[in-house]
Amino acid sequence: MNTLSIRHLYASIGEKPILEDLNLDIPQGEVHAIMGKNGSGKSTLAKVIAGHPDYTVTSGDVLLHGESILGMDPQVRARLGFFLAFQYPMEIPGVTIANFIRAALQARLPEGEELEATDYYAELYAKMDTLGIPRSFTARSVNVGFSGGEKKRCEILQMMMLKPRCALLDETDSGLDIDALKVVASGVNALRSSEIGMLVITHYQRLLDYIVPDRVHVMAAGKIVLSGEKDLALKLEAKGYDWVSA
Amino acid sequence: MNFEKKSEINIDRSLGDFSYDVDYTFDAGVGLSESTIDYICDVKNDPDWVRSFRKEGYRKFLEKPMPTHWATKDLENIVFENIRYYLSQGSIPKRTWEEVPEDVKKTFERLGIPEQERKYLAGVEAQFDSEAAYSNIKAAVGKQGVIFVGSAEGLREHPEIFRKWFGKVIPSGDNKFSALNSAVFSGGSFIYVPPGVKVAHPLQAYFRINAQNFGQFERTLIIADEGAEVVYMEGCTAPKFETATLHSAVVELVALKGAKIQYITVQNWSSNVFNLVTKRGVAYEDAQIKWIDCNIGSRLTMKYPGVVMKGRRARGEVVSIALAGEGQHQDTGAKMIHAADETSSNIISKSISLGSGRATYRGMVHVPKHLKKCKNNTECDALLINTQSRTDTYPAITVRGQGHSVQHEASVSQINEEQIFYMQQRGLSEAAAMSLAVNGFVNDLVEQFPMEYSIELKRLIDLEMEGSVG
Ligand SMILES: Nc1ncnc2c1ncn2[C@@H]1O[C@H](COP(=O)(O)OP(=O)(O)OP(=O)(O)O)[C@@H](O)[C@H]1O
Ligand SMILES: [Mg+2]
Repeated sequence: MNTLSIRHLYASIGEKPILEDLNLDIPQGEVHAIMGKNGSGKSTLAKVIAGHPDYTVTSGDVLLHGESILGMDPQVRARLGFFLAFQYPMEIPGVTIANFIRAALQARLPEGEELEATDYYAELYAKMDTLGIPRSFTARSVNVGFSGGEKKRCEILQMMMLKPRCALLDETDSGLDIDALKVVASGVNALRSSEIGMLVITHYQRLLDYIVPDRVHVMAAGKIVLSGEKDLALKLEAKGYDWVSA
Repeated sequence: MNFEKKSEINIDRSLGDFSYDVDYTFDAGVGLSESTIDYICDVKNDPDWVRSFRKEGYRKFLEKPMPTHWATKDLENIVFENIRYYLSQGSIPKRTWEEVPEDVKKTFERLGIPEQERKYLAGVEAQFDSEAAYSNIKAAVGKQGVIFVGSAEGLREHPEIFRKWFGKVIPSGDNKFSALNSAVFSGGSFIYVPPGVKVAHPLQAYFRINAQNFGQFERTLIIADEGAEVVYMEGCTAPKFETATLHSAVVELVALKGAKIQYITVQNWSSNVFNLVTKRGVAYEDAQIKWIDCNIGSRLTMKYPGVVMKGRRARGEVVSIALAGEGQHQDTGAKMIHAADETSSNIISKSISLGSGRATYRGMVHVPKHLKKCKNNTECDALLINTQSRTDTYPAITVRGQGHSVQHEASVSQINEEQIFYMQQRGLSEAAAMSLAVNGFVNDLVEQFPMEYSIELKRLIDLEMEGSVG
């Protein structure tokens, strides 16, 4: 079974086509990486899968565990187990991290069922400790005044708390120092299992030393143009993207 | 994302939107004249000075024009001849819920008032249309010498304190609606806290309108003697009728030397209510008055709680939250009159407008030339939830003289659709995401509310957001 399956996907913003005939399969239990030039459409792909209302899918399909999700609202996709760690996480003034994650978990429970607060906090604190996020952060507004690295750690924290079946990390490594990179990678690796599929968007092969991918894909002009093993990332780093299109 | 699309949906006010048929023993009929006032005086058995106070108020009401030159034209839609000015089952409130007539009691039970009283209040007054049906104070609080009664009982039983302050903080001619209230006032609270007494739990009044095309005109006077402290909370609801209802209260606070008064309002009138209220306090030396004012309901609210800082180092504060939903106009603000050295005032106002809702902030801060070392801080933040929403800010800060410190900040922001998408990606529905963002916007202010009220407030915001995105 594929965790994520993208078939001949075409998507545009306004009149402007961005994804053109994109195909990608992530079998359950695998971690894939996507690399590609700035503007090649990586974040667009992420947002289209997440259901961002600004993008129109003109044809093709996106299947999550075999089920087409294209007609679904973003929150429905999320509750089915899709998680996106944003390249640019949004600030939500006045809403604390603790309340935000709690609301997200609560939204997954059946009507009338309440999240158990003590267990919730115990788990939250434990995961914050692993990620090296000070506990005082629970009282801070989501992403408000966070440094770039803190925002990325907070995305991983949310991922670990929400336990997705399919996770897409959009440049979660950008802007991280080497220690933070290791922490984030260990968070991702902790989640890795035969149950979940992951897609990691990155510009740096360095990340892939810590999160070792099963496959590496290269994206250019809205489609996957090359796929290979882990060493493809090394080649890309050595030779640049022009080597691919050549 | 387009938040307008489903904003036609009627906001759920299920909690307060019900009414029961009630037999009124006393009914002043429809419209206002001298004889309406005489009727009210007779029913209430008013002393002569009150009768003439009312008549004078009535004259001023007739004299004063509608303030439509600066305020909204919607005021012209109030038809004074169509309003019923007095309706009651009698003017003496009951001391126990058992004695309250069944048809009235079930309203307050449904609103949860007796339960709240048992749980966390020092005293409760429950007003039903023109009169309090119930008024009681916990024995321990009464023993401290605290007086908590209706305005009628206050003026009859405690004239020496009542007359000294009544109509002094807000003269009847202050504005057209304070004049109207002075003419026909009925109900409201009279509170006196003796020197040094700190009332540990809040006193609460609940104002309920049950009748159609009715006008409620309660009158509240709170005096905290030297070093005394008291927290007063008021809540209000009404069923939604087709016809307009008028609520026009006058609230006067007196904080003597070193006293502290906190006055908390959570206003959730139905969307046919004109809510035109005058609220002001006088703070003497080292005294503090804080208005926490939350306006969620009504068709039009015009309310600018004020503090006159008369004694040295007195402090005035207004913390205000306004939520203007479809068809509503929340015209709120604050008045800070500095009248002594080293006085300080603080105004924090947050408004949320959605749909065709409109929020207006009007502030007045006055520091005259001869004073020294006064401080004012004003912050007003507006949040707009779709393009039709409208917000206006009219801060009038006149500070003369030197050595004062004045700060003013204003901001207008919108809920950004990328924020909503981010939250939806985490699994929240659009309505839940909006609620969370709106609650986040007012969060720092809501934290100043007593727990029970902040929960209620959050619930009301959630309902409002559900209504706005469907
Ligand atoms: N809202 C938008 N309006 C117009 N063009 C857009 C919009 N969003 C994305 N694009 C365009 O789509 C293309 C792909 O953008 P995308 O953000 O997907 O690139 P990316 O591969 O993630 O780049 P990067 O590596 O810089 O993050 C770019 O040319 C971008 O300018
Ligand atoms: Mg990108």
